[in-house]
Amino acid sequence: MSSDSLTIPDLLSRNAREFGSATANREKEYGIWQSWTWSEVKQETEDLALGFLRLGVEEGDHVAVIGRNRPHLYWSMVAAQMIGAVPVPLYQDAVASEMAYALDHCGARYVVAGDQEQVDKVLELKESLPSIRHIAYLDPRGLRNYDHSKIASLGDIQRRGQAEMQRLRPELERRRSLVNSDSTCVMLYTSGTTGRPKGVVLSHRNIVESSRSSSEFDSLRRTDSVLAYLPMAWVGDFIFSLGQAYWCGFCVNCPESADTMMTDLKEIGPTYYFAPPRIFESILTSVMIRMEDASAIKRAMFKFFMDHAAKCGPARLSGKRLSAADRLLYRIGDICVYGPLRNVLGFTNIRVGYTAGEAIGPEIFDFYRSIGINLKQLYGQTEASVFITQQPDGEVHSETVGVPSPGVEIRIDDRGEVYFRSPGAFAEYYKNPESTDSTKDAEGWVATGDAGYIESETGHLRIIDRAKDVGKTANGGLFAPKFVENKLKFFPNVLEAVVFGNERPFCTAVVNIDLAAVGNWAERNNIAYASYQELAQHPQVYDMILANVERVNESLSSDEQLAGCAIRRFVILHKELDADDGELTRTRKVRRNAIEDKYSEIVDAFYGGKSEVYLESEVTYEDGRKGSIAATLRICDVRAPGAHLEMAA
Amino acid sequence: MGDVAGSERASMGESKPPLMELRGITLRFGGVLAISDVSFDIREGEIRAIIGPNGAGKSSMLNVISGFYHPQEGNILFRGEVRPFMRPHRVAALGIARTFQNIALFKRMTTLDNIMTGRMTLMKSSFAAQALWWGSAEREESAHREKAEEIIDFLGIQAIRKVPVGTLPYGLQKRVELGRALAAEPRLLLLDEPMAGMNVEEKEDMSRFILDVNDEFGTTIALIEHDMGVVMDISDRIVVMDYGKKIGDGKPGEIRKNQDVIDAYLGVPH
Repeated sequence: MSSDSLTIPDLLSRNAREFGSATANREKEYGIWQSWTWSEVKQETEDLALGFLRLGVEEGDHVAVIGRNRPHLYWSMVAAQMIGAVPVPLYQDAVASEMAYALDHCGARYVVAGDQEQVDKVLELKESLPSIRHIAYLDPRGLRNYDHSKIASLGDIQRRGQAEMQRLRPELERRRSLVNSDSTCVMLYTSGTTGRPKGVVLSHRNIVESSRSSSEFDSLRRTDSVLAYLPMAWVGDFIFSLGQAYWCGFCVNCPESADTMMTDLKEIGPTYYFAPPRIFESILTSVMIRMEDASAIKRAMFKFFMDHAAKCGPARLSGKRLSAADRLLYRIGDICVYGPLRNVLGFTNIRVGYTAGEAIGPEIFDFYRSIGINLKQLYGQTEASVFITQQPDGEVHSETVGVPSPGVEIRIDDRGEVYFRSPGAFAEYYKNPESTDSTKDAEGWVATGDAGYIESETGHLRIIDRAKDVGKTANGGLFAPKFVENKLKFFPNVLEAVVFGNERPFCTAVVNIDLAAVGNWAERNNIAYASYQELAQHPQVYDMILANVERVNESLSSDEQLAGCAIRRFVILHKELDADDGELTRTRKVRRNAIEDKYSEIVDAFYGGKSEVYLESEVTYEDGRKGSIAATLRICDVRAPGAHLEMAA
Repeated sequence: MGDVAGSERASMGESKPPLMELRGITLRFGGVLAISDVSFDIREGEIRAIIGPNGAGKSSMLNVISGFYHPQEGNILFRGEVRPFMRPHRVAALGIARTFQNIALFKRMTTLDNIMTGRMTLMKSSFAAQALWWGSAEREESAHREKAEEIIDFLGIQAIRKVPVGTLPYGLQKRVELGRALAAEPRLLLLDEPMAGMNVEEKEDMSRFILDVNDEFGTTIALIEHDMGVVMDISDRIVVMDYGKKIGDGKPGEIRKNQDVIDAYLGVPH
């Protein structure tokens, strides 16, 4: 059978048949890694499917799945697919009102919830969402005294399905035979940097084809293993932990809890690993903080070998030849520093590592590559079943995102927007034909909404910003806010930055400091602070950020197109931008318009020439309650790069 | 959380027999009368709170229950039988476990090891066998470890399993201490100011854990607590003490209306 006509349930059957005793899933529970073979996974999934049939799940019903990465939740998605229903994984950290939108939009009739917290959220919404018929839960903790007429544990659902196997089996077979590669495999809500989330419908063909070609690209195989820790509602996790795992037959490991991720990573030692840039950033930050606390000898050794790694590591990984002396020194460094470091981070076995979603700082990227981790970049989106471009081994650059993935065609229009066409390209936006039509044309070309260009010397794609955010600065140059923000964010003490300046006389920025990095710096320099707010407004913190901004301006001044993006004024915000306050998306991307609206006082003060601004802003706590915090923020002026030069002269 | 849980709770533990009865307890330290003729009972499966202003004799009462203090007068009946004079470790063997107002953990030991110490009273193999990890001691430790892991999972402290408790923040240490008490699989769990020094979020977590312990394991709980809001929300019945005397006893709703209690808390002109 060619991959073209396979579905995810087909792959499960194939895996159980061909290598049924190989490990398919592991989860750490009670301090021990529990494991399931492919045969067991098939059994568990079929029991779930029978149980769902008994509950009355119909073809085409939407089954929402909400919870952290756990094997049973993945099986629930495949069980839903088996009986022709559509799994809809949702972000578990979303507050009830956000969840309500997705549940209402897809008309979910069944919900699989990870624990009491998620069950409570759904019960809270149930009155306004009459379509929900039944809730299944995984972790029974605290749910014993709930009215069980409309909720049941997944275990009970499996048992009841099993008990009526004779009756339900023919229906299961009938339903399964009707699922084909054009059936919907999954519906994923895009995080929605603009407006309401959209439900992206992906078929089995989309997922299986995309998984197949990307697995071949990196020669992923059955013996690989991954750690499933990124939100299940995100397309990347669906591809890595389901699509590619089922295609290749590799093992998916689920951490014990969100807090134990780093320990579990070390214990599993995955061979294939994905993390967004901010995770790589925070790991590097914690390594550097720990090194600063190490003894002088260790610090000296670390510095010496890291300098050598920075010089030779990336070239070595790209397969270039090094001199004999450099090779020897790198070998020694590998024994003393790089090897132990990879081991501590859980990266010892990594063959293929990816990062995507945002631009990654060149220093961060090179750090990982220099210690021998094959970290690469890819460019993708939900609408493409992840893969649009990826970097082949040996052709890795920190500022580009690689060549088109196998089977993907790329086109760039005259406005600089990137379009793609591929077997992974989504079927439609659910119940939203206008958006579908404006994104995907009759020939199958999909607009990504990103602006970029193909680098002439390497043939790699380079993304500069969201197409709609690219504007004009006062001097007529290009205004690419994200490009500048990323440059700022590459400094470890900057967590987030938002740059304004489209059609404005000059550019300005709102900066979020990174509490871990700046807090540690403050501790080292005997700077006392009682709160995030106070630290953010500290004059010395302002000086530090000012120095960063000046360096960014300097690097921009050499760019003909983007010289006009130099930042002239900035403030450090008194609170962290937060998805709960609608300032970031759930995947932690900045929602530019929302921020410009919410902090309009700051923007007015920037261009009104004020030196400080009083601000009261609303914050949302994790349980959905609201509060407010007030602060007076100082606006800092930045000298023009020209003035800087004059002073130097 | 509070109100719903409270109204549900009111119906629980109504008809159950008393697990412990305290009759006419009087405790003196030299000439100081700490507790004077106090009687009340703790029913099987309930959450029983002892409240009162500072110096009311609450902690003394808890120490009497745990066998640490021996009252000069009065009887303590445990499961219907008069409990003889006994040392605290014997009381522990009866199935009574406690936490302390000031955390009393082994600071340099890990969370897991601290919780394992809670199972000491349940271990049967000899010291030598345990030291050599030989024969039944090996099987026994595995079984105890399993139970300890269940508690770690229950309290959601997997991430600090191998962390020395001395380095943990206060709220987490409190949770570990609760874990150690739970490890003894007590029939009666005594909590001495479980929420002292906690912020709102930590208090909410701890309340949840106390309710869950009571619900999932069926453990009877007696607690002392200052935070009236918490006490009213999670307790089935409350004893109010003032100057060593019992001035009120009943369900949260009754206590709220009790004039003596209001006077004791708000003060009355003399």
